Amino acid sequence: MSATDQIRTAVLSRIRGALGVTGREPARKAVVEIRLAYHPRGTIPARARGNQKGLIDLMTAVLNSQGAEVSRAGTAADAVRVIAEDLSAHGLPSALRMGGDPLLAALPWDGAPALQRRIGRAEPMDRAALSRAIVAAAETGTLFLVSGADNPTTLAFLPEAHFILVDARDIVGSYEDAFDRLRALYGEGKLPRTVNLISGPSRTADIEQTIVAGAHGPKRLHVVILG
Amino acid sequence: MTEASPQDFKSNAARALADAKLQRALINVKRGFIVKRATAKAKLPEFGQLRDEARAIKDNTLAHLDLYLEAYERKVVESGGKVHFAPTAADAREIVLRLCQDAGARLVTKGKSMVSEEIGLNAHLEAAGIEVAETDLGEHIIQIRGEAPSHIIAPVIHLNKEDIAEDFVRTHRGLAPERPLGTVPDLVAEARAVLREKFIAADVGITGANLLIAETGSSVIVTNEGNGDLTATLPEVHIVVASIEKIVPTLEDACTVLRLLARSGTGQEITTYTTFATGPARAGDPDGPRAYHVVLLDNGRSEMLGGDFRAMLRCIRCGACLNHCPVYGTIGGHAYGSLYPGPMGAVLTPALYGIEQARDLPNASSFCGRCEEVCPMAIPLPSLMRKWRERDFELGDPPLIQRLVLRLWAFTAKRPRLYRALGGALAPLLASLAGDRGQLSALPFGRDWTRTRDLPAPQGKTFHTLYQRQKRSGES
Repeated sequence: MSATDQIRTAVLSRIRGALGVTGREPARKAVVEIRLAYHPRGTIPARARGNQKGLIDLMTAVLNSQGAEVSRAGTAADAVRVIAEDLSAHGLPSALRMGGDPLLAALPWDGAPALQRRIGRAEPMDRAALSRAIVAAAETGTLFLVSGADNPTTLAFLPEAHFILVDARDIVGSYEDAFDRLRALYGEGKLPRTVNLISGPSRTADIEQTIVAGAHGPKRLHVVILG
Repeated sequence: MTEASPQDFKSNAARALADAKLQRALINVKRGFIVKRATAKAKLPEFGQLRDEARAIKDNTLAHLDLYLEAYERKVVESGGKVHFAPTAADAREIVLRLCQDAGARLVTKGKSMVSEEIGLNAHLEAAGIEVAETDLGEHIIQIRGEAPSHIIAPVIHLNKEDIAEDFVRTHRGLAPERPLGTVPDLVAEARAVLREKFIAADVGITGANLLIAETGSSVIVTNEGNGDLTATLPEVHIVVASIEKIVPTLEDACTVLRLLARSGTGQEITTYTTFATGPARAGDPDGPRAYHVVLLDNGRSEMLGGDFRAMLRCIRCGACLNHCPVYGTIGGHAYGSLYPGPMGAVLTPALYGIEQARDLPNASSFCGRCEEVCPMAIPLPSLMRKWRERDFELGDPPLIQRLVLRLWAFTAKRPRLYRALGGALAPLLASLAGDRGQLSALPFGRDWTRTRDLPAPQGKTFHTLYQRQKRSGES
């Protein structure tokens, strides 16, 4: 047994000694295995139960209260227009960093011919980026972003303006509903490298409890709900 | 780092009370956190139910901690990461140093982590020639001041913006000294620019963990600034330092705890960012670290598991007990001389370092009970503090005068007639000494106590006399 293994065994033995167990008790093992396999839900807040329209309204209201802008885009063309207009309204270059997400790639970008799209992870000079939320939990206006080539994690943190597009059909009520979607995509007990739950722009209240947006991440978050 | 010790509590507290700047800064605790938490709680009718469930989740996890840790470790390894067990603080900082050296690290960025403070990580890495940059705004300010945080979730709650502006002028080199730093947004913007360079240049990123999830092998951090994410994403290596009681079984359990954490701490419904990190970057990922390590710290926790203080291991470090504590609100965090201040610190500090190192801390409480009331994990903090007081007394070290007074009191309390006779004689005597004001401003042998307070004098009759009289009149 290596020194590292010995230390590991020592820590676990200390825990078992404190609990007065051996770690081999079948009943204890069963408790753990069953909980991990069935992952039962706790109480889901009533606010997370509602019809699709109710959830979208809740999503919008909570995000607004947390300092994010929210736009409803009836069509894919609207979504492109919302993004292009936001950039020009805030004096940002007509350029957008994004990943290879198929939903984003399929947007009618020719509706904004001046908008330059760069594909890949964010670089320090990028000023605006677009990600897609694979699912969103309306209960606290929380968007779920998953890492990978489709939506690199850096898009959400390096640029000063961040757009997140979410398909209205991907808005669910609770965090648990959202994680069930991820389980369906990645398998039981598996997650991608990073799952970012984002509920507003970067902020800090460290100094005198004064809230300031844009601490280290984006100063602005603009959520576009499509459909 | 300013050397502070829980043994100096009394003199530290006296200094804190006389510090006008500190007193001005502490108003922000009362003005901010308390109202925000109450509002957030009122907006979630299920709060009480979730609290019961979260408590049950943690109790179940602690009772099976060995097995959940093994399950967690299996999932970390499956996703390409590595777990390192560290029995003590010294082991943990040595493991982190070795990982940094193996990565050839010259610059390390850090997200906010109380466990890294507990193990004295920064000094250890710096002694080995590695530059450490704290990236949470509050922690950055603490670092350039050479101080310890004074609150577990708001490290610089003891400072005013003018103090911070001076620190920035002194330590942020290469900037115009007359630049405007009068407002909080000015300060935030400058820190953003200064730290941005560190994020991009860092070789290793170190974060803590608010939760570890056995089902998936994930570590979870909750932040508002986004610094934790830049720390965990940009460098080649991501190291998580976390203590063993941070485990929860499943994603569902994590959701239950997360619904309580931000609401109890900052009073937000959820923090801006809640991030689940699982292993290193996968094949084809354009960003993320290529290596992922978790250093699991025991440092006294396994001992707490077997004794009277197991309930303290339910703590999720939300800070609600600090925010609502009248003692914390009056003296601030530094006076405790411990990394963990307030009620949770008064229970945890003696468990980590020994009651003989921290005997004043469990006594720094009026037992008003607000800490237990607001604790999202329903930790019985006052009874745990009382247990430490008992332990301390059993050790037999309390001052002679304290022991004599308590013995004398025990002697009379066990003899009802003597007790009543003494009480009956003392009450009118004290009342007459107090005069019209009804307050005693000096006591023999009690000058230290009466220096800052008055003792309300008895009103005349003792409780026993009044009780007897009422009983008689009730019967008639």
